[in-house]
Amino acid sequence: MTLAVATAAVAGVTAAAPAHTAHTALTGAAAETHGFLSPTGVEIAFLLVGLVTFGAALVTVTTRQLVHAALWLVVALGGLAVEYLLLTAEFIAWVQVLIYVGSVVVLLLFGLMLTKAPIGRSPDADSGNRWAALTVAVAAAAALVWVVVDAFRTTWIDLDGPAAGSTAVTGASLFQNWVLPFEALSVLLLAALVGAIVLSRKAKAESSSPPVNSRATPGGSPTVPNSRNHSIGRKGSVSGTDPVEATSPGKATGSAVATSQANATSPVKAISPANTTGPAVPKPASQVKPASPAKPKPTGSAETATDLAEVASGPADVTSVPTEPGSGPAEAAADGAEPGSSPAEPATGPAKQEGAP
Amino acid sequence: MHLAYPAVLAALLFCTGLYGVLARRNAILVLMSVELMLNAVNLNLVAFDVWLSEAAQDTLHSGQALTLFTIAIAAAEIGIGLAIVLAVHRNRGTSDIDKLRDTAEGPEADGPDSDAAAAQADRAGKAEAAA
Amino acid sequence: MTTTTLAVLVPLLPFLGAAAGLLLGRTAPGFVRPLAVLPTLTALVLAALVAVRQGGDQAVDAHTELTPTGSVPVELALHIDGFAALVAVLVGLVATCVQIYSTGYLRDDPRYPSYAALVSLFTSAMLLVVYSGDLIVLLVGWEIMGICSYFLVGHYWETPEARAASIKAFLVTKLGDVPFLIGLFALATDTGSFRITTILGAVAHGGLDHPTLIALLLLAGVAGKSAQFPLHTWLPDAMAGPTPVSALIHAATMVAAGVYFVARLLPVFEASRAAMVVLAVMAAVTMLGSGLAALAQDDIKRVLAYSTIGQLGYMTGALAVGDRSAAVFHLLSHGAFKALLFLAAGVVIHAAGTNSLAAMSRMHGLRDRIPDAYWTMTVALLALAAIPPFSGFFSKESVLGAAEHVATGHTGHAPGAAGWITLVAGLLTAVLTAAYATRLWLLAFHGQGVEAADHGRQPLTMTVVLWVLAVPSLALGGFAYRSLPDWFDGHDLTPTLTTSVLGTGVALVGGLVTYAAWRHTSALAARAPLGAVAAHPEGDAGLVEAEAIASHAPVYGDVAYAPDPSDPGRLLLGPLHRHAAVGFHLDAVYAALFVRPVQAGASLVRFLDREVVETYVRGAGALPRLLGAAVRRAQTGNVQTYVSALLAGTVVLAVAALLVATGA
Repeated sequence: MTLAVATAAVAGVTAAAPAHTAHTALTGAAAETHGFLSPTGVEIAFLLVGLVTFGAALVTVTTRQLVHAALWLVVALGGLAVEYLLLTAEFIAWVQVLIYVGSVVVLLLFGLMLTKAPIGRSPDADSGNRWAALTVAVAAAAALVWVVVDAFRTTWIDLDGPAAGSTAVTGASLFQNWVLPFEALSVLLLAALVGAIVLSRKAKAESSSPPVNSRATPGGSPTVPNSRNHSIGRKGSVSGTDPVEATSPGKATGSAVATSQANATSPVKAISPANTTGPAVPKPASQVKPASPAKPKPTGSAETATDLAEVASGPADVTSVPTEPGSGPAEAAADGAEPGSSPAEPATGPAKQEGAP
Repeated sequence: MHLAYPAVLAALLFCTGLYGVLARRNAILVLMSVELMLNAVNLNLVAFDVWLSEAAQDTLHSGQALTLFTIAIAAAEIGIGLAIVLAVHRNRGTSDIDKLRDTAEGPEADGPDSDAAAAQADRAGKAEAAA
Repeated sequence: MTTTTLAVLVPLLPFLGAAAGLLLGRTAPGFVRPLAVLPTLTALVLAALVAVRQGGDQAVDAHTELTPTGSVPVELALHIDGFAALVAVLVGLVATCVQIYSTGYLRDDPRYPSYAALVSLFTSAMLLVVYSGDLIVLLVGWEIMGICSYFLVGHYWETPEARAASIKAFLVTKLGDVPFLIGLFALATDTGSFRITTILGAVAHGGLDHPTLIALLLLAGVAGKSAQFPLHTWLPDAMAGPTPVSALIHAATMVAAGVYFVARLLPVFEASRAAMVVLAVMAAVTMLGSGLAALAQDDIKRVLAYSTIGQLGYMTGALAVGDRSAAVFHLLSHGAFKALLFLAAGVVIHAAGTNSLAAMSRMHGLRDRIPDAYWTMTVALLALAAIPPFSGFFSKESVLGAAEHVATGHTGHAPGAAGWITLVAGLLTAVLTAAYATRLWLLAFHGQGVEAADHGRQPLTMTVVLWVLAVPSLALGGFAYRSLPDWFDGHDLTPTLTTSVLGTGVALVGGLVTYAAWRHTSALAARAPLGAVAAHPEGDAGLVEAEAIASHAPVYGDVAYAPDPSDPGRLLLGPLHRHAAVGFHLDAVYAALFVRPVQAGASLVRFLDREVVETYVRGAGALPRLLGAAVRRAQTGNVQTYVSALLAGTVVLAVAALLVATGA
């Protein structure tokens, strides 16, 4: 902020206006430019789509046909994607469509199929807990809506400026400031994948053994260590075909670039000397605007560096196994983070979130 | 745009998901409801990110980044959750949540002496379930 | 080595032997017998050396204080005068004989190692009591004897009689030990020291504030240990132990400790005339009662046990008339012949296979099977009956002489009443003693009926010690009564003419009357077949005795009594016989006075505990129980219910927090 004000003061009076608007927007004193009872077109569209989304969600949780619930979930998630678009977060919207509508719902349908969920109306779709659930949900909704409306009734989103969620902006932010959590997330996905395989393999090993025999012995424990050993043994070979890792080269180049750009003094150069010439575009963008994130908290860098070092040392040994295909950048990121350079500071929040699970 | 719109919609979606988690019997439907709750949070994140990126000139885009993370984690969660549901279904023959009551106090657990017996029966039941 | 070093070694050696025996008993069985006999034998030799060196001169005193112990110092002190030296020799002699005898008697007993170690420990404790110059150190030995007697009397713990007898012996002696301890403390408080010499010095200067109280408290402990009325009931029951243990307890150690203690502290007792009279009455009742009871017993060992009580009565009687020389003289001679009697009785029981006199009286030729026991026992019985020239005669005459001395007006030390009581009771008891000695001898060795079974010769270890002990029984009194006053206080121990004639006369009368009665009744023996013998006559003596004890009550109906019409005691006692056989119902009185109130109290406490206290406990548990039941109902196992409750609570908390935060 101080830097912005300083530059404004140097630039002259013309620069004072945006600074002023930014200030008033923060305090919420600019309500007079918007009419509460005169909704804009975006608001109407948001409201309508929101109604559809909410209705679809309600049907999802109340319908007695299980497959229909999954399909109504598609409607609700798609509606949410539209809401994202209306909020100018286009990248999130497409990710929503891709992952949720495209894969998660399909997974859920597979799950329904594999658990032999009944097709058609099933009378016992709701448990006996529904009235308690309804009470809790309505009470929570009332409290939340009250709080939210009370808190934000004079707050407005300015959707007119540059799109906040365009792919370029999101990518720049993601691979500039969020690289390490992002990579940790890939490890999480890998772990989830391995876990899912372990769980389903265990079931397979269990089903292959005669059920009578395993029931006669008091505990089915002998099969458990077997399957566990087996899955661990397979871990290395599985990771090579990991879909997450398969997508990583695409991200990897970006992350390496972003890292090398953000801290010119970091020892990343030794690993990626070719990258320095490539992406000249992000550099000015990230120099003009984000002076502020690095500056307001200069004191926190020391401790966050140590935090990061811990976080990085955690996944570093894990990733060393599966990262042969295109994981040079991942190591580069880890190496770059350890000296405690500048991009470490904003990453601490999510990095800890990644580290905690 | 008024910030209350996305916020209220997120709250309502969250509570809808909450209801689903609490009221649905099939474990996969419960997972769907969890997805609804996660998406409500995502909507909040996106809305506030858009608001803050303009109002406070926040260029970190933490809201959108976290939304992406949430989506990824949700994908992981749904994978693991489905695997667990499948394992349970394979072992128990059901995926109804209210039938998985191994942690319940046994009905015959009446006196101080029968506690041990109940625990033993419980353990036996669990072993059987694991088999 | 100085006399002090020798004296320290005397109690120490058996103690070390006991410790080594307990440690090595299982691992090195070959060392058990040497470890049992040799330390005791060495202790005997050393005690004799100490006696020779002391020689009745100035008492040997030595003391060291290990650590300060508060207001009244406790010191490791030796005080060896003539009494201590001679009693220690007696203890060593009897203990050695018992140890040697036991090697044969308990030859096949699996518990012999612990038995021998306990006997050594017992001996060591008694020697400690004898030599100790400090009352607290004396008390240590005193209590060790109590616990050792518990273990040794209960040696045959497979039999219920032995278990009951051991517990009874322990409890009754402890009953006396509690006032004894208090009396010791009171004495130390009055005189400011636990040292015997200091106490005696203080008493000589009239330093006692509560002489009667202290004397009576101490008397309770003495009565318990020395089996005086009314705490004597443990002693006949203690016959359930092995015979060598009986010999040890009765002759030299445990019961002698009480008399010895009074002899040491006699000035304390003399300070209170009332205590002396009480002592005399106690002695008289003990003597007469035990004499009558001995005449009615069927178990040969119980006869001897009651005779011990009676002879201890003589000793306390001598103390009651203030003559401790006579008391210790009788203690010495009695120790010799009573040990002999018990050891011989062990041989008799082994040979006969029974401990019942009624059964022995229907056995022909028992004396030919065991001539050693026959002759030595005859000597010992003559000594017991105080027939001249056996040693018992001299010691008993010294007691009677002292009593007569006091009764005839020389009341410097003791009240005249005590003298008369002791004299009369002593003379009456002399009749009874002679009577039951004669009865025992006649019934045991002059039975008529089937031939006694031949189990071979008795072990040499068992017969040799009989002859060893027969020597002092025969000759100690006659040779010693002249020299003993030099060792003791200087009182003349020579028999006076009056009491000698009187005592010997009544003894002869008692013996002859019993013989006549026996002649009269022995014809009945053939008409009333009776008796049972041990099932394993070829076993060692300990096994035979254990079986005899265990089978007495089932066969004859009681441990002490047999329905034998040919018993001369039955004829002599007439209607008294029934009561005398059971010790004049003293056990029943105790049962009514103590056991039943205690049991009633126990059942009351039990009732209170079960019904009252437990009700409160249950009541205290009821509310949490109900709450637990209610909470348990909530544990349905349905996860959705749990989450619902959790979220409902969260909503409530969030709303509350909001309301508080906004100040609403």
